[in-house]
Amino acid sequence: MLANEPALMPIAGCTDVYVGLHFGTMPQQRFLDLWNLKELRGISVKDDVLRIGALTTYTEIIASKLVQKRLPMLVAAAREVGGAQIQNRGTLGGNVANASPAGDTLPVLVAANARIVLRSQAGTRTVPVEKFYTGYRQSVRKPGELITAIEIPRIDGKQWWRKVGTRRAQAISKIMMGAVRGKEVRIGIGSVAATVVLAPRTAAVLSGGGTIADAQAALRREIAPIDDIRSTGAYRAQVAANLLAEFWRKTE
Amino acid sequence: MRLTINGKPRTIQAHPMKRLLDAIREDCGLTGTKEGCGEGECGACTVLIDGVPVDSCLVPLAHAEGRRVTTIEGAAATRTGNALQNAFVEFGGAQCGICTPGMILAATPLKPGATLHEIQTALAGNLCRCTGYPAIFRSVEAVLKPPRRKAKRALRR
Repeated sequence: MLANEPALMPIAGCTDVYVGLHFGTMPQQRFLDLWNLKELRGISVKDDVLRIGALTTYTEIIASKLVQKRLPMLVAAAREVGGAQIQNRGTLGGNVANASPAGDTLPVLVAANARIVLRSQAGTRTVPVEKFYTGYRQSVRKPGELITAIEIPRIDGKQWWRKVGTRRAQAISKIMMGAVRGKEVRIGIGSVAATVVLAPRTAAVLSGGGTIADAQAALRREIAPIDDIRSTGAYRAQVAANLLAEFWRKTE
Repeated sequence: MRLTINGKPRTIQAHPMKRLLDAIREDCGLTGTKEGCGEGECGACTVLIDGVPVDSCLVPLAHAEGRRVTTIEGAAATRTGNALQNAFVEFGGAQCGICTPGMILAATPLKPGATLHEIQTALAGNLCRCTGYPAIFRSVEAVLKPPRRKAKRALRR
């Protein structure tokens, strides 16, 4: 259906769709309802890769023993999405497709080296999540493509997550960070640029044995936080540096 | 669209993308479910779909087709739901009352003996502008107190 009518917007849990509809900011008029597609649900591990179906809800992620064991930072992020009512409906694929720079799972997926699985009539392809976003609410997903799953390889190292918002629940983040400390360090940061940010130069300072101060200096050059209704660029820059230090301290 | 609301089968003639909240209030005349924000931030529109709390302002009617929907009117007819209503009155959990239906429905999955943290987590998606929340938690705790094991104690002696 998507191949024939590219202007169709795929919808699932609809937790952001109805916000747009309510405030008249939703340009799309026609929707493709994915909610009942069982093939897009399910969590499994194959060849040491964790595969999460695009329609997996936050509640299912939190309850999954597989995710708790292999990707606890995703469980931590899922717990801080909205409240139970949102977690029962919102999906991982929806969070990825929505492409908001404040998408709660995106820093985790970036730090986890996740891949987005896309399927169309032409076939299947996977895109590393750090190459998936091209601009504000824009991704490389072609109009005829559906996100079917998110794949996460085995993570070597300690996982860490923190979201900073106006309160502990029902808050869009001012800034958040997901990070892995292993032989390699990977850092994903949300709400500090038009897209989720992978901070490879900052991570390289840390994995190369550099000081926190040097890493924080590198971080300030890798992010571009702005002033908006939720926070200021200066606050975000300072808190990003604080989160970096906390990540390093807590994963010793 | 055919669905079950509060145990009764209903057929609603409406657009599949109509908000479940509006179908409940307008097509079914069940006005106990409130619209507080229209964007899934306040929880006043909470209903259960197959026992699971959701914000009905974010659910298309099509997703409720074939499902069992419970609103505050239905919850009030259950033992626990009715006990919660009475507790909210007795312990001051309700002042203006606009958040109360959503609060009660969000609390329904909780089991007796739920901790304060579990109650707060279950209600994290529900905002109240009046009470400051402790009275709400007290109301829920009052209903979810674990049963006293009088009989077992007697046996042990």
